[in-house]
Amino acid sequence: MTASETAPNTVLKTKFSDLTRMPDARGHFGPYGGRFVSETLSFALEELEKTYFSLRDDPDFQAEFDYDLAHYVGRPSPLYHAKRWSESLGGAQIWLKREDLNHTGAHKVNNTIGQALLAKKTGKPRIIAETGAGQHGVASATVAARLGLECDIYMGAEDVQRQKLNVYRMRLLGARVIPVESGTRTLKDAMNEALRDWVTNVDNTFYIIGTVAGPHPYPLLVRDFNAVVGREARRQSLEQIGRLPDALIACVGGGSNALGLFYPFVEDDDVAMYGVEAGGDGVETGRHAAPLASNAPHGVLHGNRTYLMSDEAGQVSDTHSISAGLDYPGVGPEHALWKDVGRVKYVVANDNEVLEAFRELTHMEGIMPALESAHALAHAKVLAPTMRPDQHIVVNLSGRGDKDIMTVAKIDGIEF
Amino acid sequence: MNRIDQRFSELKQQGRKALIPYITAGDPAPQYTVGFMHALVDAGADVIELGVPFSDPMADGPVIQKACERALKQGTRLVDLMQMVKEFRQTDTTTPVVLMGYLNPIERIGYENFADQAASVGVDGVLIVDMPPEEADEIGPLLKSRDLAAIFLVAPTTSNERAATICAHGEGYLYYVSLKGVTGAATLNAEDVAEHLAPLRGMTDLPLCVGFGIRDGVTAAEVAKVADGVIVGSALVNRIAESLDAPETIAGQLKSVLAEMRTAMDA
Repeated sequence: MTASETAPNTVLKTKFSDLTRMPDARGHFGPYGGRFVSETLSFALEELEKTYFSLRDDPDFQAEFDYDLAHYVGRPSPLYHAKRWSESLGGAQIWLKREDLNHTGAHKVNNTIGQALLAKKTGKPRIIAETGAGQHGVASATVAARLGLECDIYMGAEDVQRQKLNVYRMRLLGARVIPVESGTRTLKDAMNEALRDWVTNVDNTFYIIGTVAGPHPYPLLVRDFNAVVGREARRQSLEQIGRLPDALIACVGGGSNALGLFYPFVEDDDVAMYGVEAGGDGVETGRHAAPLASNAPHGVLHGNRTYLMSDEAGQVSDTHSISAGLDYPGVGPEHALWKDVGRVKYVVANDNEVLEAFRELTHMEGIMPALESAHALAHAKVLAPTMRPDQHIVVNLSGRGDKDIMTVAKIDGIEF
Repeated sequence: MNRIDQRFSELKQQGRKALIPYITAGDPAPQYTVGFMHALVDAGADVIELGVPFSDPMADGPVIQKACERALKQGTRLVDLMQMVKEFRQTDTTTPVVLMGYLNPIERIGYENFADQAASVGVDGVLIVDMPPEEADEIGPLLKSRDLAAIFLVAPTTSNERAATICAHGEGYLYYVSLKGVTGAATLNAEDVAEHLAPLRGMTDLPLCVGFGIRDGVTAAEVAKVADGVIVGSALVNRIAESLDAPETIAGQLKSVLAEMRTAMDA
C-alpha cells in the first residue's frame, strides 16, 4: 500500500508518514496486529478501546498523566553523554536515554501509570499483569499500591527463580506473585495464564499488558504511553547535540521501550533505527528469541498476528535469552510492519556480547544496565566504531541492572 | 447438504437434542483417536468436535492444557488429524466432524491448504477459538466455497450488537460459552443460560449449542431443555487423564460417560 492510496489529501512529510497513521480502525498494522481472542474477551477489549479513545485527547486526562510522570516517575529522564565509553569505542558519540532512573527502575512504569489511570476510570478494583524480568510486574504492583487496587502478577516459574529480587519487591508492594508452571514456564506462559484469569474475572479486573503486543488496543496504548521517551529524547537531542541523532538503538523483546523511543522519530528519515533482539546462544543454534532478525514465520499468538517463532506444525517454539524480559517468541505487530517497510533494522546481540557490554558500561561509566538494555549497548559497540566522532547515537537505557546482579554473579561463579 | 445441517434437521424432526463430545486428537496417543471417535458415536454422539492440540491453549483450563501437552509430546500435528478424519470416514460417513482449536497451526500450513485438506478428508466444520468473525475475512470464503461450516462462539459478555454480527457470519451451529472462564472451570447455571439464549433465538435459525461446565447427565439434561445441543469436553478428557496407565480401557469409559448423558437428555 502506498501513501497516496491511503490519504490522497494529506501532505506527506516523508515516505514513512504512513506509519504514523497505524493501526487502522480494527487494530491492524498492515497484515499484523488485530484482535485474535476468544469471544468472552471481545467485549472487554471494545470497552477498553472506547475508554481509551475518549480519554486520549482529553486535556484533563493528559494533564493527570503528565503530572504523574513528572512527580511520581521523575520525568524527564536525562539524556546522558557517555563520553568515556564513546572515546574508548573510537567512533560516534553515544548518548544514553536514562530510563533506568525512573521510579521502579525501568521504562515500564510509563505504561503502567497510563493504564492504571484507565483502570481507575473504568472503576475496576483489581489489576493483573504478566511479567518476564519482573520490571513490568514491579511497575504494576507499584501503581496498584498507590491506587489501593488488588494486584495479581503472573510470572513463569523459571523467571521466578532467576528474578528472586523482583519477586520479593512485588510481594513487599502487596501484590500476589503467581508462578506459572505450564509450558516453557517463561513470559509467554505467564501471558497465557493472565489471559485465562482475565477471561474468568473480566467483570472486575483490568489487565495491564506490559508490552506493545496482545490484542487491539493494547499495542496502540502501550506505544502511546511509552512515546514520552522518544518525545523527550528528540527535544533533548536538539538541545544538547544541536540536531537530531544519526541513529537510535533499543532492545526488542515485545518491543515497548523501542517503540517508545522510535515512534516520535518515525518521520525523521535521516535518523537510522536499530532494534536489537536476543540472540541467546546465537541465531544459528536455534536457541534465541529473535523472531524478526531470524525471519520467523508469521503467526498468531496472544491476540495478534506478527512474526512468531514456531515449528512447521504451528506450535510455538521454546526461546532462550540470558534476559528474562526478552525471552518471548513473538514481537509487537508494529515492529513487524516496521521491519517489512524497512524503517527499522532488526539485529541481534548474543548472550556473551550482552554480558561484555554490561561489564563495560558498568566499569567505564558507573552505570549498571539491565541485561535487556545491555542488548542495545552491545549493538552500540558494533555500530559506533563504524561511524565518525561527529556523529551521534541515542541508546535507550531502558532499565537498571540491580535485578540482574544474581544472574551475573552466578556466571562469575559467585554465591551469596 | 453439509452433514452438520443434515444432522440438526434430523434431530429437529425427531424432537431430540444434539450431544456433542470434544476430545483432543492424539491424546493420549494418535493411534487411539479414531477408536475413541467411533466409541463416542456408539454412545450417542451426534457431532464430534476434534481438538487440534496447540502449545498455548489460552482459552482452556488445566484439563485440556494437559491433553494438548500429551498429544504434542506424541508429535500430533494438524496433518495427522486430517489422516484421522480420513480413517474415521472409511466406516462412518454420516457423523459430522468439527475441528476445534487455535489459529496458529492453521496459519502455519496456510488457509487454502488447510481448507482443501479438511474438505477432502471429510471434515464438516471448523471452530477457531481465537478467531472472531472480524478476523475471518480471509479464511471465511475459503471455508464456505468448500462447504465447511465456520462455527463461532457467543459468550455471556457478548453484546446484542456483536451477537447479531456473529449470527450473520456463523454456520453449522452457534457455540454458546456458558460461563466466563476457561474450559472445565465450573458448573454452569441452566437458568442463566436460558436467559442468554432467548435473545439469540430472535437473531438466528442456527441451532444453539452450549458448552463449558457440563459435567454429567444432570447438567446435560438441564441444558438440553433450553438449548439445541450440549457440548461436553473436559468431563471426557478427564477420563483419559485418569487412565493413562490403562489406555485400552479409555474407549469404554468415554462411552459410559457419554451414554449416561445421552440417557439423561433423552429421558
